[in-house]
Amino acid sequence: MPPTASERPAIEFVDVSYVALGGLAVLSGLNLSVRGGETLVLLGRSGSGKTTTLKLVNRLLLPSAGEVRVNGVPNSQGDVIRLRRSIGYVIQDVGLFPHFTVERNIGLVPTIEGWPQERLRPRISELLQMVGLDARMASRYPHQLSGGQRQRVGVARALAADPEILLMDEPFGALDPLTRAELQQEFLALQQRLRKTVVFVTHDLREALRIGSRIALMDAGRLVAVLAPQDFLRSDDPLISAYVRAFGDGPECTGNNRGAE
Amino acid sequence: MNFFHFLGQNYADVLELTLEHLWLVGWSTFFAIVIGIPLGIAIARHPASSKPVLTVANIIQTIPSLALFGFLLPVPWLGDRADRLAILALTLYGLLPVIRNTYTGIRGVDPAVVEAGRGMGLTDSQLLFQVQLPLALGVILSGVRVAIVISVGLATIAAAIGAGGLGEFIFRGLAMVNNQLILAGAIPAAMLALLADFSVGWLERRLQPR
Repeated sequence: MPPTASERPAIEFVDVSYVALGGLAVLSGLNLSVRGGETLVLLGRSGSGKTTTLKLVNRLLLPSAGEVRVNGVPNSQGDVIRLRRSIGYVIQDVGLFPHFTVERNIGLVPTIEGWPQERLRPRISELLQMVGLDARMASRYPHQLSGGQRQRVGVARALAADPEILLMDEPFGALDPLTRAELQQEFLALQQRLRKTVVFVTHDLREALRIGSRIALMDAGRLVAVLAPQDFLRSDDPLISAYVRAFGDGPECTGNNRGAE
Repeated sequence: MNFFHFLGQNYADVLELTLEHLWLVGWSTFFAIVIGIPLGIAIARHPASSKPVLTVANIIQTIPSLALFGFLLPVPWLGDRADRLAILALTLYGLLPVIRNTYTGIRGVDPAVVEAGRGMGLTDSQLLFQVQLPLALGVILSGVRVAIVISVGLATIAAAIGAGGLGEFIFRGLAMVNNQLILAGAIPAAMLALLADFSVGWLERRLQPR
């Protein structure tokens, strides 16, 4: 495997805390590094601070204390719009623009960035193919697509301007089990090829084991541990084994994605 | 003399008063849109300010129209010409539906869509013009539709301060106890309201994003 990971972490959380408006401490003292080219899964129950952690990366939220660095630079420096355009963002509810066709949804950021048509067109077909969508889908509207197709468009849209970093917030959470498995599989294949730095939020242990190069378990706003999937199942940390037990006998480490290792 | 006979004989007057009526309604709707939509956008962005703004617009709406016309009469420059005054009063009445619907329309856009847009790096104005306004358009237009219908109705009362319009016939008819005269004002006014309602409704459906 070619050494794609850079020495410098792609994303770093340094003593990051986040206090919500009502004074609730959502995150406290988070220290975490995401290596270039790996898929880091943030695992944890609802309210553990996973989504907040994710939103701190593209500055949809600002930390109350500490610093988030993207490619070594504190993300509070520089233009927030530039930062966000260099980071792909995929959410559970997809959030496709209902009044735009698939094509316009995918091409919005490149269009705003001033890409000429002759560059944009082939890019859109390339992306559609990449996420396993027929070229004829380009002229459809989001309401004409199935849930799985919509999320494929969501992923294509996030990849449009070829960002190095991809943030995914329970992207497959709203899909039926079959479609979810299918999309997980395709995500793995895609990630083998593209080697993006991915931060992936989920509460599903099976999903985490399946797609993560490393799993970061979060609990009540704190980071419990960051482990490779095979070590995760063997860990005797009470919080980790409780999480594993909650999923019954099912989970096993399929170990498809060794990412940055 | 029946009503149609009356219309036939006085069609020039009916036409002139209808045009005056349209003049009042047209300008007041224009101002209500030009003031109301930006205000609605502003309070959608700063929801804390929505309550006072909507309350004021609400209160204006409760002032009886005849009283409002009277209140505005002594205002300099405005009071010089009755149509200016009428346009101002009608604008004030049209504000509430336009502001309220712009506000509700923008706030009603799917939060996931807004979050995705923001996360992708759209600036505030790109988000507003490419996403929020197009998606809120249907709701905003139905507010405009209500404003126009209100305006067509209330503009008949503007005749009381000499601003002209179809209300002339109605007031004259009332004074002369002449039903034909009243109908000659009321029927075209009702038709105008229906026509405006229909055409904005049509526009609404045409522009409605899927």
